[in-house]
Amino acid sequence: MSQAPIKDNEVDIVIGALRSDLSSFFNEWRAYFSRFHLIIVKDPDLKEELKIPDGFNLNVYTKNDIDRIVGSTSISFSGYSCRYFGFLVSKKKYIISIDDDCHPAKDNKGNFVDAVAQHIENLTTPATPFFFNTLYDPYRDGADFVRGYPFSLRNGVNCALSCGLWLNLADLDAPTQALKPSERNNRYVDAVLTVPTAALLPVSGINIAFDREAVGPALFPALRLAEEGKVRWETIEDIWSGMCVKVICDHLGLGVKTGLPYVWRTDRGDAVESLKKEWEGVKLMEEVVPFLQSTMLPVTAATAEDCVVEMAKTVKQQLGSSNPVFGHAADSMLEWVRIWKTMVSRPS
Amino acid sequence: MTKMAAEARLAPTPLLKDELDIVIPTIRNLDFLEMWRPFFQPYHLIIVQDGDPSKTIRVPEGFDYELYNRNDINRILGPKASCISFKDSACRCFGYMVSKKKYIYTIDDDCFVAKDPTGKGINALEQHIKNLLCPSTPFFFNTLYDPYREGADFVRGYPFSLRDGAPTAVSHGLWLNIPDYDAPTQLVKPLERNSRYVDAVLTIPKGTLFPMCGMNLAFDRELIGPAMYFGLMGDGQPIGRYDDMWAGWCTKVICDHLGLGVKTGLPYIWHSKASNPFVNLKKEYKGIFWQEELIPFFQEVVLPKECTTVQKCYLELAKQVKAELSKVDDYFNKLADAMVTWIEAWDELNPGGAKSAALPSGASK
Repeated sequence: MSQAPIKDNEVDIVIGALRSDLSSFFNEWRAYFSRFHLIIVKDPDLKEELKIPDGFNLNVYTKNDIDRIVGSTSISFSGYSCRYFGFLVSKKKYIISIDDDCHPAKDNKGNFVDAVAQHIENLTTPATPFFFNTLYDPYRDGADFVRGYPFSLRNGVNCALSCGLWLNLADLDAPTQALKPSERNNRYVDAVLTVPTAALLPVSGINIAFDREAVGPALFPALRLAEEGKVRWETIEDIWSGMCVKVICDHLGLGVKTGLPYVWRTDRGDAVESLKKEWEGVKLMEEVVPFLQSTMLPVTAATAEDCVVEMAKTVKQQLGSSNPVFGHAADSMLEWVRIWKTMVSRPS
Repeated sequence: MTKMAAEARLAPTPLLKDELDIVIPTIRNLDFLEMWRPFFQPYHLIIVQDGDPSKTIRVPEGFDYELYNRNDINRILGPKASCISFKDSACRCFGYMVSKKKYIYTIDDDCFVAKDPTGKGINALEQHIKNLLCPSTPFFFNTLYDPYREGADFVRGYPFSLRDGAPTAVSHGLWLNIPDYDAPTQLVKPLERNSRYVDAVLTIPKGTLFPMCGMNLAFDRELIGPAMYFGLMGDGQPIGRYDDMWAGWCTKVICDHLGLGVKTGLPYIWHSKASNPFVNLKKEYKGIFWQEELIPFFQEVVLPKECTTVQKCYLELAKQVKAELSKVDDYFNKLADAMVTWIEAWDELNPGGAKSAALPSGASK
């Protein structure tokens, strides 16, 4: 199924800046980023000025901009949540977002991977959530649907979310990394695949892309740990948001892909230190997963916004009493939809 | 991760030579075994000879084997032999039934040793054993694929309570070179070859169906054996090339019900022979239409929680096939009957023995 090539001006690359010197980051990514418009959002807690090299078409947003544009809100854009502000102000159809401690990776042949192009390819080819194809993505060059794959399902559905992976420092949780401090991911798995409908997965925010028009409101900074920190081991907001997006995509008949592209992720932080903070997140997952696996959205929820509102209600009812963190998350989800609607209705 | 899983990861893969049978259906010859000798020689082979029973199939020297032709099948099963296909590799499931081992590996006679990206010959059997001996993760998808592989793990956000996984019942391997396409795809892309080595094993999530190919397949016979019936194909039947598909859909539904896992991915074998797409089209033709009804059937089937063994699940499935699918074609009436005959034959040949373990009743779908 061929589709019109995507125009560069349909894409925004959103980078949350948690450190000030982004010179090497942008220079490394230059070949892949420079065609596109970039939205840089500075962590409101970061004091130093950002250092960004020339030659990019970008807008930078700082704490003042966030406060001015969003106004008074209970949503916190601190730390890794700052990127969501970028998703909010973007006017493009597709968003690609990569953590600022990631570098371009090399594939098995030693060639650098254009993660941006791969995400775009993932989002603009259909997903196949209703039946598993054993040769993985049937739309890739040299692959196809296998014998036994029903023909009526071969058109697939629109892909709304593309989850990339990480070489070197994989997105492991703090206990796992603390137990195995030298474990590094060296395995380049040359596959893109659709995560089947009704299957949940932990969506990592480190290297993702999505169709903002289809699911934009469903990516939100809602579940914040009491002692959330500035390393990924100390956050869970992306995992929560990502799982909600999957439930919503399943409900709306949209697809979620995982696999390529890889980015190369460098070491930062101390897993053992983070253990103290991340345990809270680990415990929360035990409740979150059974809850999400059994969540049903009403047929009347026909847009991502509707779905988020319905989910927020259920979260408050069913999880709110077990831990205040969930009550706040539900409130944040509703607040997010309110802000989103306000932004969308603004004149450009 | 459990201590057991952690240890499994580090220890060398056990041979399991007294616990695994290799089942090979053939109508031509077994020359391909020469290439597999270094990997297969320790194991017992069960050869199921299809077609003319008066022909002698030569087994290369040095292999320990038992061979069954059609006369043997008829003699052993009597009237129940009607459930075993003739003139179709589906007859291989007879081999599963007569085996006394815990594990089965089945491979087609046009499948050879593939090379991994370093150029090394792949011991497919060893990888299948690895897959079967460590848990699956059907309840939550791990984005780094099989977390039990060396160098991999569960990712951030993966609930700790699900990290013990589920026992693995099936290991579905893949193929380089000639891909397993259906006839229409073969006709449109006669030259396409699968040259992409995807270095992953992954669990197919609970609730998701897949097209199971029987060319390079291993399973735990004690956990799931009776579900691996390859249906009525070939001579006298209106359909072919859906034997493994049928077994795969039944198997996956039952695995999901009983809390067992199905893995797919590595190992690769090298598939050398492209079958004739016109011949294939004639065999598959009805299947292409029928599968449009079969898939929703399997997606919606619910097994009652009283079905706590594979046989009970399978008989219940047979009942539902008869009730729901005979309106698609009378073939499904016959198939449902054959499914029952298969279970009767299985239980006769495996009295209380191949304990299709009565597992604690998994939640019904």
